[in-house]
Amino acid sequence: MLLRRKQTWFVLKSSLWQELRGVGYGASQVSRHDSRAYSGPTADSSARRAPIGKILVANRGEIACRIMKTARRLGLRCVAVYSEADKNSLHVAMADEAICIGPPSAKSSYLNAAAIVDASVRTQANAIHPGYGFLSENAQFAELCKQEGITFIGPPVNAIRAMGDKSESKTLMSAAGVPVVPGYHGQEQNASFLKSQADIIGYPVIIKATQGGGGKGMKIVIKSEDFLENLYSAQREALTSFGDQRVLVEKYILEPRHIEVQVFGDQHGNVVHLFERDCSVQRRHQKIIEEAPAPNINSSFRDQIGQAAVNAAKAVGYFSAGTVEFIVDSVTKDFYFMEMNTRLQVEHPVTEMITSQDLVEWQIRVAAGEPLPCRQNDLSILGHSFEARIYAENIESGFLPAAGVLHHFRPPDASSTVRVETGVNQGDAVSIYYDPMIAKLVVWGYNRSAALLKLHDCLSKFQISGIPTNIGFLKTLSQHPAFSSGEVGTHFIDRYKSSLLCPVPEEIRLKQVKLSAALAACCVCVKDITKDKACSDVSSSTAGRGWASLHGFRLNHELECRVVLNHGQEGDLEMSVAFCKDGSCEVKVQESDNTTTVQMKLDQSNESAFTATIDGVTSYISSSFYKKDCVDYVDIWFNDNHHEFLLVKQVVDAETRDIEPSGFQSSQKAKTGMHPLGVHAPMAGRLVRVLVQNGAKVNKDDPLLILEAMKMEHVVRAPRDGFIKGLALDGVQHVKDNSMLLIVDDHQES
Amino acid sequence: MLRRSLLRAHRVAAGGRGQRQRNFLITSLFQDFSRGLSSLDDGLNILHDPVDTSSASYVNNHNAMQSLVSELRQCVTKVLEGGGNKAVERHKARKKLLPRDRISHLLDPSSPFLELSQLAGHQLYDEPLPSGGIVTGVGSIHGKLCMLVANDATVKGGTYYPITVKKHLRAQEIAAQCNLPCIYLVDSGGANLPRQANVFPDRDHFGRIFYNQARMSEAGIPQIALVLGSCTAGGAYVPAMADESVIVTGNGTIFLAGPPLVKAATGEEVTAEELGGASLHCKESGVSDHFAHDEMHALAIGRKIVKNLHLAGFPHKGTGFVQNLAGVREPLYDAEELRGIVPIDKHQSYDIRSIISRIVDGSEFDEFKKLYGTTLVTGFARIYGQPVGILGNNGILFTESALKGAHFIELCAQRHIPLVFLQNITGFMVGARSEASGIAKAGAKMVMAVSCAKVPKITVIVGGSFGAGNYGMCGRAYSPNFLFMWPNSRISVMGGAQAAGVLAPLEKEKRKREGSAWNPEEEEKFKAKVVDAYEQEGSPYYSTARLWDDGIIDPADTRKVLGLSLSACMGVPPQPTAYGVFRM
Repeated sequence: MLLRRKQTWFVLKSSLWQELRGVGYGASQVSRHDSRAYSGPTADSSARRAPIGKILVANRGEIACRIMKTARRLGLRCVAVYSEADKNSLHVAMADEAICIGPPSAKSSYLNAAAIVDASVRTQANAIHPGYGFLSENAQFAELCKQEGITFIGPPVNAIRAMGDKSESKTLMSAAGVPVVPGYHGQEQNASFLKSQADIIGYPVIIKATQGGGGKGMKIVIKSEDFLENLYSAQREALTSFGDQRVLVEKYILEPRHIEVQVFGDQHGNVVHLFERDCSVQRRHQKIIEEAPAPNINSSFRDQIGQAAVNAAKAVGYFSAGTVEFIVDSVTKDFYFMEMNTRLQVEHPVTEMITSQDLVEWQIRVAAGEPLPCRQNDLSILGHSFEARIYAENIESGFLPAAGVLHHFRPPDASSTVRVETGVNQGDAVSIYYDPMIAKLVVWGYNRSAALLKLHDCLSKFQISGIPTNIGFLKTLSQHPAFSSGEVGTHFIDRYKSSLLCPVPEEIRLKQVKLSAALAACCVCVKDITKDKACSDVSSSTAGRGWASLHGFRLNHELECRVVLNHGQEGDLEMSVAFCKDGSCEVKVQESDNTTTVQMKLDQSNESAFTATIDGVTSYISSSFYKKDCVDYVDIWFNDNHHEFLLVKQVVDAETRDIEPSGFQSSQKAKTGMHPLGVHAPMAGRLVRVLVQNGAKVNKDDPLLILEAMKMEHVVRAPRDGFIKGLALDGVQHVKDNSMLLIVDDHQES
Repeated sequence: MLRRSLLRAHRVAAGGRGQRQRNFLITSLFQDFSRGLSSLDDGLNILHDPVDTSSASYVNNHNAMQSLVSELRQCVTKVLEGGGNKAVERHKARKKLLPRDRISHLLDPSSPFLELSQLAGHQLYDEPLPSGGIVTGVGSIHGKLCMLVANDATVKGGTYYPITVKKHLRAQEIAAQCNLPCIYLVDSGGANLPRQANVFPDRDHFGRIFYNQARMSEAGIPQIALVLGSCTAGGAYVPAMADESVIVTGNGTIFLAGPPLVKAATGEEVTAEELGGASLHCKESGVSDHFAHDEMHALAIGRKIVKNLHLAGFPHKGTGFVQNLAGVREPLYDAEELRGIVPIDKHQSYDIRSIISRIVDGSEFDEFKKLYGTTLVTGFARIYGQPVGILGNNGILFTESALKGAHFIELCAQRHIPLVFLQNITGFMVGARSEASGIAKAGAKMVMAVSCAKVPKITVIVGGSFGAGNYGMCGRAYSPNFLFMWPNSRISVMGGAQAAGVLAPLEKEKRKREGSAWNPEEEEKFKAKVVDAYEQEGSPYYSTARLWDDGIIDPADTRKVLGLSLSACMGVPPQPTAYGVFRM
């Protein structure tokens, strides 16, 4: 159902487009729906190819699903490839055929070019769409496809190669008259030489992997002394992510904006641009909110930067979709070429929303040798669009990536103005092997503020539980006055960190937590447990319907139930839930001097929807219940807030209790079991290197070991001065989230 | 709806899924058919009974009933406190929970609890004995309905008074009748020694508890004991006779004789824990099976035991009560209105259908023999989806009414439909014409039918319950699975005034024989005394204190209580009914 709704998105959007413009679609739209296969109209190099009939999608997650949707609409067959970890994932389910190409690690599956080409041959797919990431910008892969007679849906090999090398591309661009940022892009990689180059450019500088992108292998150096440590780290990341440890050094612009231009070329030398996107709001050098068009720029700037992007593409004989990234100095409005991404970008939907084009369709048609469906004059901007990337990550611990099971996943309803691009279903896992992006939320509005309002509304309706996500953060961001006014810059998050992380005053937050806890307690009580497989064996139930529908009935008196919920920040909250005669539940929430009555009733038609009346105001509440690590969780969405609680057990296993004989175990301890002096893994990940030994003396903030998760390196540092103990990580490759790595003790081993 | 079902069925057929699922969907297709708007009988069975809630009579009735209900709730609030503040505090200081809290923790969260005979022992002895010192009732654990029997140690140390024994035995009787696993939450000092003569020797005394445990275990009805306090002397047999038992360390003890008696008998000095604590019984004697660290742990183990019960021996488990009927429809009229329907004046009659329309699904009642024997209303309805046959009194039973009742009971027994009796009966019609019409044998037919029908029977006394009417309408002697009373109800062999009218002439005759004069004043006094006694003994509190019923309920809760009771009854496979000789 969901899939079908999403598939109709383009059709809906088209009609909206027509309605707003008052004109019909051009000729380009007519051919959208007719032909089953695409072949080039001219007798040049593409003519010997068979028409595209079946596409192998060499990717996973949302982009694989996204590509298949368009391919389906065009009447093309789809082949999915998957790693062993993705056996049950959505993109596999969506495809007509699917082939396993190897073990979970990306290197042996989605980066395994030979296996992918082999899969393509076996399924007789005569075209490969690489999506983004993985092999999408790998020239050797594109070359390999060509050799096997498979159409690579993407740019020509030469262009990938030219733009793939960050140093080479800048030289090329300079020559073509496109402005570039001062820096060293040469082949000499000697550490001291690079340092001297950085000293010449002047700090701050940025070190980037020559082959890199997406923030991986990227380090900023503020002062000369820190250069070498950062250089080595960047080189290591570059090696693991791209198999090439070469880096470049560039001037780092202090007030930068990140604006990129979508370009598109065909095999007949035509290149157009589809306007710009602003991707300035970033954290850890990764984009989280993108928008099109860029705010606060005028049309002459737009024409200039667009033309520069077209020139850049033409200089390398580009065709298919590409993105030319510019760094814009917010003060001077100077723009410099940074790099060109020779692939479809993650954020391409915002461009599609404001231009009403389907870029994947364009890619397929161009790959088949067709000319571009539109000329530059045919393209114009309508309205404004935002994309928010929903990540599994821990905001409090500094945006560290998270992994786990999506116990509850309910995106907002898709419509002609709302797209939800995702590759997961409820119950799927976000694994440590790949990017922790769960979904992209794309919205459209007739202007920026309308789009922003829509974005905030949809984020409020986006329900995920089981994994920490950045939804709350994005919601705050979308309402931030500075962001609303179009003040965007790559330092936005750092600058407004305090107001973004603690958006509401303490007492209001506390009240929200208390009300949500009351709602959660009611949910726990009114939930129909006989329907819950986890709670009872329904098949052998002897209690009938009458029994199930009379929650907490007591003869001639009312039942009061004590519920203890743990809220991470507020600790244990105890509540007394009274069962009312009409089957509803009631909790009185005490605050400094007034009492709020929360009353809740289960919506019989929907097991996780409740109506709650708080101080006479009735509203709908959503909840989710799930079990994680033997602990029951209750999540509540109420009034734009999402709170997670864990149900404190009143009985713990006898074994545990033997250790702690007095009373019940405190829920905090039961939850984490942390050693007071221990250093714990901040996330699940691969152990890259251990920098210390048992017995070594360390100072606070000394690096202890390096973890890698989602291809990002994280240095674990000493929390205090002391001596290393209990380090036993020989032969350990992966560590679990929160697992103890070592102890930093005050005393040396006696 | 029909189209949707057709599509559904079609889709399944096309998809070639399992035959079972297809059958299920086709069945649901036919269910939709029968509910179609165009069907011939649609809506014919609705009891339209709007009542003007602002009328003076309604308001009067409602106020009167309201005060009765308040009185009831006050009595219940009192017994919920157990054996008084001091005892409760002492109890809690030993990390023990009150019996109802123990039950709530043991039950599935938010499970209803159908408590039985809350007011047992009410004004029965010189000292108060709240709830008879024991809490019993039916609730669900892991979706399985169980009978819970919990001693209240705050009431006379949980010792068994005669009424405590009676209440314990009644709970076991229901469990045996309804196939409900029994869970005993034991915390009792055993028989109440000063009252041993009324507790120990007779058939339905203390020993019967263990006899019942043995016989139920034999019948495959699980017997589980959670020892949360002492189990002394006879009490020790509750866990010992159980199929599976749990004991709490520190608080739970099981022994035939406590330390003082042991010292007196053998001179051996030993602590209670050494003599019969959890360690001893779990590690050494094997009297108990599970060692619990505290009460909550014991209750958790109790839940686990029930989870692992395999009720294969119950051929009818779970399927008796309609499970999948998604939309159970509430009655069209508010249950609260039941409080305003019964007239204050007990001599004033009212239509029993007004009650039926407020307790059955959708207020739908398919009446049987509507025009014949109109003083007894009979018909079919559903309560929370469960089909039931209802018999309700609309006046004195005549020959025809009794015949109609017998016929209807036979119908329901034939079809395995549970019976619900709504008693408001002053008796069978008397008089020459009535006797000549054979009312005695007509009544006998009804009594025969009621006695023999092997379907679940639930009786609610909503008004008077007098004379042989009580028999025909399944009074306590006819072993209904459950019997509840409304707070306005009355139960006695006849009305007080009638009794005085019968007794006064007899007394007068006697006095005459003895030669002592009896002036009219004395006669009035005598009559008033009889009326008073009948008034007191006919009260539902008098009845419920002696366990002549299973509890007094708020009229507004009738539907809920019936639903829960029916649900509890349906774990028994349908049985064929045979009758004795009907006098024709």
